[in-house]
Amino acid sequence: MSSPTKPLIPLAVLPKNELGLTVRDYEGAMSTLCAGCGHDSVTAAITQMFFELSLPPRDIAKLSGIGCSSKTPTYFVRGAHGFNSAHGRMATIATGANAANRELTYIGISGDGDSLSIGIGHLAHLMRRNVNMVYVLENNGVYGLTKGQFSASADIGSRSKRGVPNVVAPIDPIMLGLSMGATFLARSFSGDKAQLIPLLKAAVAHQGLALIDVISPCVTFNDHEGSTKSYRFMREHEVKEIETDFVPWQQEISMPHQKDDAREVIMHDGSAVRFRSVPEGYDPHDRQKVEEYIRERHDRGEIATGLLYVNENSSDVHEMNNTPEIALAKVPFAKLCPGSSALAKLQEDFR
Amino acid sequence: MTTTLPQRHESDAANPKVNNFALKLANVNGTGSASANSLLMQAIFRMGIPVSGKNLFPSNIQGLPTWYEIRVNKWGFTARALDYDLMVAMNSQTYAEDIAEVASGGYLLYDSSWPLDAGLAREDVTFLGVPLAKMCLENFSSSRERVLMKNIAYAGALVALLDLDLDVIATLLTESYSRNEKLLASNQKALRLGYDYARENFECPLEFHVAPMDETAHSILIDGNTASALGCLYAGATVAGWYPITPATALMDNFTALCAKYRREPVDSVIPGGPNSYQNNYLILQAEDEIAAIGMVLGASWSGARAFTSTSGPGISLMSELLGLAYYTEIPAVIFDVQRTGPSTGMPTRTQQADILLCAYASHGDTKHILLFPANPHECFEFAVTSFDLAERYQTPVFVLSDLDIGMNDWVVPELTWDDDFVPDRGRVLDDRDLSEIVEFFRYANADEDFVTARTVPGSAEKGAYFIRGSGHDKFGKYTEAPADYQEVVDRLKKKHAAAAHSVPAPLEIRRPGSKVGIITLGSCDLAVREAIEELSALGVECDFLRVRGFPFAPRVREFVEGHEHCFVVEQNRDAQLRSLIALETEVDINRMHPVVHYGGFPLSAVQVVHAVTEKLEVPS
Repeated sequence: MSSPTKPLIPLAVLPKNELGLTVRDYEGAMSTLCAGCGHDSVTAAITQMFFELSLPPRDIAKLSGIGCSSKTPTYFVRGAHGFNSAHGRMATIATGANAANRELTYIGISGDGDSLSIGIGHLAHLMRRNVNMVYVLENNGVYGLTKGQFSASADIGSRSKRGVPNVVAPIDPIMLGLSMGATFLARSFSGDKAQLIPLLKAAVAHQGLALIDVISPCVTFNDHEGSTKSYRFMREHEVKEIETDFVPWQQEISMPHQKDDAREVIMHDGSAVRFRSVPEGYDPHDRQKVEEYIRERHDRGEIATGLLYVNENSSDVHEMNNTPEIALAKVPFAKLCPGSSALAKLQEDFR
Repeated sequence: MTTTLPQRHESDAANPKVNNFALKLANVNGTGSASANSLLMQAIFRMGIPVSGKNLFPSNIQGLPTWYEIRVNKWGFTARALDYDLMVAMNSQTYAEDIAEVASGGYLLYDSSWPLDAGLAREDVTFLGVPLAKMCLENFSSSRERVLMKNIAYAGALVALLDLDLDVIATLLTESYSRNEKLLASNQKALRLGYDYARENFECPLEFHVAPMDETAHSILIDGNTASALGCLYAGATVAGWYPITPATALMDNFTALCAKYRREPVDSVIPGGPNSYQNNYLILQAEDEIAAIGMVLGASWSGARAFTSTSGPGISLMSELLGLAYYTEIPAVIFDVQRTGPSTGMPTRTQQADILLCAYASHGDTKHILLFPANPHECFEFAVTSFDLAERYQTPVFVLSDLDIGMNDWVVPELTWDDDFVPDRGRVLDDRDLSEIVEFFRYANADEDFVTARTVPGSAEKGAYFIRGSGHDKFGKYTEAPADYQEVVDRLKKKHAAAAHSVPAPLEIRRPGSKVGIITLGSCDLAVREAIEELSALGVECDFLRVRGFPFAPRVREFVEGHEHCFVVEQNRDAQLRSLIALETEVDINRMHPVVHYGGFPLSAVQVVHAVTEKLEVPS
């Protein structure tokens, strides 16, 4: 089904951001997902986040693979280029796009089938390369577009709509990320915009691959009793011990520290992520501690959310390769082609 | 590149075997024979004589049989020869088959440190025993040197037997080992051991030998992978995604080395020599697999960079899904397929031209791609540059189909040249100013005479933003499931592909008066077929020649088939893929073309073509 354009009727005087744009300017086409789909809430959070960050739409590029989640880049920031690619391959295309033009803010939207089954190899290597982008994994535990098969993130014992329990071990993208050297790992819930928006902002500010695993219930195929990815299950089992605020660098002066024990992480662009609360002994810079914490919570049947791990001082793929500040696609041809005399000279080695 | 057919002048040499012979060197791989063998080949090249060196090597690092063939031919016919005037038999595992391959009246050089099995003797072959192992044992102390220097010692014997220029050899050795005096001294010593032994024990030179010429002064010795990499450098490619695979790996290795040399730009105001004192105007990504490699190329090309990948057949199989995405969404991409022997893993170190149909129609659904078929490293350089222009002009994947023979062997080709006025053809890309002059932008509307529509790149003004998708779309770029809107787009894609026929490198044709026979070929078959045409002429069969250099085919290809009573298509695969592609795409009657196929994995030889043609035409040969 095609996506109709949203009517641009000004219902009220909408607030404007620093660019003089309203939140409407960050919207896209009308969603064709099922009513109540968690993904639409994520779309709304992304829209709000870009609006609040006052990013020019043209400086954003949106990418996705295939699946319900991958449809969503059409639903936000219509003024940005978008790429709805192939199943599981978004990470590779995003890597190439970022390689050619590092000046843009890249956001990739994927799902648990796209990222954890067909595309898991690419996701793993995207994290290793630390490509500078926001990677939103809209995780619902099922294949929606093909009508309800389990995905690789389905928990053991979680029941399908027909009542069949899943028997194979789930893949947790956060645990995967910890072992792949990912530099920004967060988990959230589509029903919690207040948590999700600051996480998205921090992810944009992060110089490197920022993965946000968003539990986003599928109302049609995985929101029933017995599912561990339902709205109800999430509301009952989410543990929000790690709470963060995002402070853009411009506001740094006007927002003094509210708590003495707040841990502050200064991001690459000067903005700050403030941990309002973390559990006792928790260190979001310590892979081992993070892993232990998630495992412990998981064993209790709980889902820990928040900014779980961050390494704000890592090098992204461009820094590792000493590429220029400007987009490689903009380097003039004269700098790329060594010319005829160099060709004549280098051929002396072929005599 | 000059396209004249080499001409024979039988009268110009009193001894027909001077600068006209072939030798084969049978070695064990991993014993260091490659440097000795290429030393010989390079020396002949420096003496101004047309020569080729073909490495017939195993998919292995150490211990298996490997051969190197050198063909010296004053007329420039340097395709693979099958009759060897001299065999250097250094591998006891293959003695029997190596001895059997020597031409009657030829010679065999072997290591006489051990006696040769009497049963291997041939009366029509002269055996030249050189105690290589013994010499090296007596003259070198380290076990490594005793093995390595045997190779240089037989090279020394060949220098005497073939009358190679000692000064040229000395210069080459000095160049190779300028940074290692000890190794240089060892090489010089070993060379002298072999040289002196041959001079003292055999009549030097042999009847066949070299004599200086002036035919290679404006030529270079280069392999196709290096030349392709140079083409990518000159074309302005900035992003490459790749996965290691024989025989394509050296293409990216070379591109990496060239970029490190020519694409590093000093940056001001940092510590000189420090890690950030330069910036790299390129980014080469070693991918996790070929799927990722082509994905990276598409992402980079979508974003406006010139991007490419290099691979071989198995890689194309993996890339197929995304190649269809590129075709349908109209994203430029350059793919080098250095073909090897398939199917499956096949024979990774053996050559073939068996990916023609795979590449022509790669991916599910109705797809068609642009293919370029270089015949030698010179064309690898030229076509590499052309491929980026075509990919961007037609906004589609372009394949450069080289093969292992071209890619990994050193070829004597004319020097590469570059026009400093060259301006890359970036195709129809709208920038902010272009966008400000139009009311609305639609990605797949307003096609030009080549059925190409204008594109924008990410970061463009908002008016140019659109959502690119591999799912069904109409000419406005919007999602569609409507038959007419879907068909309108794919019909244009078909026309766009056909329109590229006038832009791909034109077929190369050589007509001979009175010919009723035509031979069509492609790629690395070139020299063997040209030589076969000379041989056939001597047998009274005059043949016209057409080498296809691009797909879609120019109208001349069909005309050529229809214009000959007998038409042969010579290629290196089992199923006569070029012949099928010509029949499918030009609709010429397939039965008008006789297939001549060679697909065992070694390069084609003229003899094989002559045999196939005379047999079909019932000409006594």
